[in-house]
Amino acid sequence: MSETLTAEQKVIRPPLLNGGHGFKWVSENVSGIIQGKTPIWWWILFFICAPIGGAGMSLLVYQVSTGVGVWGENQPVGWGWDITCFVFWVGIAHAGTLISALLLLTRQKWRTGIGRAAEATTVFALMCGAVYPAVHIGRVWFAWYLAPIPNQYGMWPNFRSALLWDVFAVNAYLSVSAMFWLMGMIPDFATLKTRTSSPWMRRVYHILSCGWTGSAKNWRHYEMAALCLSGLSVALVFAVSSTVSFDFSTSVIPGWHTTIFPPYFVIGAIFAGMCMVLTIFIPLRAAYPQLKDIITLAHVDRMAKLLLMAALLVDYVYTSEFFMAYYGGNPYERHLFLSRYFPEYGPLWFYGRFMLFCNLFLPQLLWIRPIRKNLLLLFIICQFGTVGMWFERFVIIVPPITEDFLPSSWHIYHPTWVEVGTFAGTLGLFFTLVLLFIRFIPIVSIAELKGALPQADPHGEHKTQLTIP
Amino acid sequence: MAPDKPRKIYGLAAEFSDVAVITEAAKAIREAGYRRWDVYSPFPIHGIEKAMGIGKSWLSAVVLLGGLGGVLTAFLLQNIPSILLYPTIVDAKPVTLSTQPAFVNIMFELMVIFGASSAVFGMLLFNRLPRFYHPMFNWDHFDKVFDDGLFIAIDASDEKYSEAETRELLAKLGGTHITIVHD
Repeated sequence: MSETLTAEQKVIRPPLLNGGHGFKWVSENVSGIIQGKTPIWWWILFFICAPIGGAGMSLLVYQVSTGVGVWGENQPVGWGWDITCFVFWVGIAHAGTLISALLLLTRQKWRTGIGRAAEATTVFALMCGAVYPAVHIGRVWFAWYLAPIPNQYGMWPNFRSALLWDVFAVNAYLSVSAMFWLMGMIPDFATLKTRTSSPWMRRVYHILSCGWTGSAKNWRHYEMAALCLSGLSVALVFAVSSTVSFDFSTSVIPGWHTTIFPPYFVIGAIFAGMCMVLTIFIPLRAAYPQLKDIITLAHVDRMAKLLLMAALLVDYVYTSEFFMAYYGGNPYERHLFLSRYFPEYGPLWFYGRFMLFCNLFLPQLLWIRPIRKNLLLLFIICQFGTVGMWFERFVIIVPPITEDFLPSSWHIYHPTWVEVGTFAGTLGLFFTLVLLFIRFIPIVSIAELKGALPQADPHGEHKTQLTIP
Repeated sequence: MAPDKPRKIYGLAAEFSDVAVITEAAKAIREAGYRRWDVYSPFPIHGIEKAMGIGKSWLSAVVLLGGLGGVLTAFLLQNIPSILLYPTIVDAKPVTLSTQPAFVNIMFELMVIFGASSAVFGMLLFNRLPRFYHPMFNWDHFDKVFDDGLFIAIDASDEKYSEAETRELLAKLGGTHITIVHD
């Protein structure tokens, strides 16, 4: 059929790589980021983030050695910043899987330039999130009770507990995304091997690449593995935040006990993750001009559109949740929802209003094309989106438990400096890991990007090259 | 080993200029009746399995088995302790076959972990990786395969292999840098 169409009649897709570059350009420029000199800004950022991360993690030592009382949680608020930050980080993780897995399954080739870095945010955000679950139980040396390990007490965990599902879900997510991410690097380490001048690094890369030869017989299994992994990951991305939401929705607390929670958490996670991915890509493009041809403005525009879509779904959930609180006729739930937004009903109204500003109002600006094209504005919107999603997690988790079923025990919750410091520490840890990733691992999948170039198509179609500024 | 002993020949390798040429060449080599040969490229070439006649990867079957194994493991992992070893009665509700929906979540998670692990480790096993020695690494020119080189290597152990004829075939199909690779 394609023979009967003229070149003009075919749909011309924007190129995945601007400037009509070839394979050699890709190898040179992507590995050039690792093999070039370490830039000054990298050292500056590293010496800001790494100490914050280190100090935050040492607060965990303080918490464990002193007791969980150094955090502000007490009856009735047993979950505060710890679980807020945990859910926040698990949410951040979702965009990476969405980009690498869902877009791979739907054959969206534009993901090739951004997949690797997006997967990196997944793995790192999960590592930050994983800081909390074991530590928040207070006595970490009993954390192994969560695992079904045969032991001398003859005890087993309660497999019908949502908290135990959570343990399995987060572990599955971390291990599967790490495997997916590492497997994708095998051919790229082979490329790095041939580009290094140091014989020692050559050996190291040879080992990391598992002796990859690029043979067609190997590629065939490799591609099938990637396809199966992405199919499993897509299912996983929807399951993990749903499982995290079961921690809340299987309880009887007004405001937690709702069936909308699983999709609510998933959509919020995608929104937060998109914000974080753009937060990393926009400065990265500025720092490495050669990436501007790989992560093009068309990519940024598409991610901004995905962000807008996620924001609209989040807004839909807010509206429907609010409506159900009104329509459901449960006075406790109605009170809770009013207290989220109106000072007359409770002290935590600011969190709800600020959440609406960040997640409902600001993303609407992305309808406007010039704003999507303006990287600075987009970056700012993403920052607000990330903060807004943290507020959303806080609004979901904390207000319902400040006012439990016994009014005499109502108690407002304030975090202590230790909790704030631990969260700052996870942020430091996250950005330290991102910086190390930029410096040591190809931030773009070299093999995948080459495979998506027009020169890699044996049928010679899509040769038309457009350049989008 | 005597220093002047001739090294074992692994095969004959050639470089090809672009993807369309190498796909045609792969087709022709298959039609010429060669069995033991391989294409090397920096990225997976779309449709090369078909041209080479090597069929699709059956790794997906391994992943399916792995996933089913995960579901079964989770089923046993949850039911054996909760029913037999440490009967867990929560709110007067014992675990029975009718309370299985509460176990679906962990069955799903283990299906994903087991399936994903069998995809990654199955891929390594099928490809016999990590394998740090490969005769092709003996060829200086081969580093190019990780940049922009497209190569075909025909194994000397192939029944149809004869140095002169194979060399002629590779040259006719557009191969350059035709070289004998030693093991």
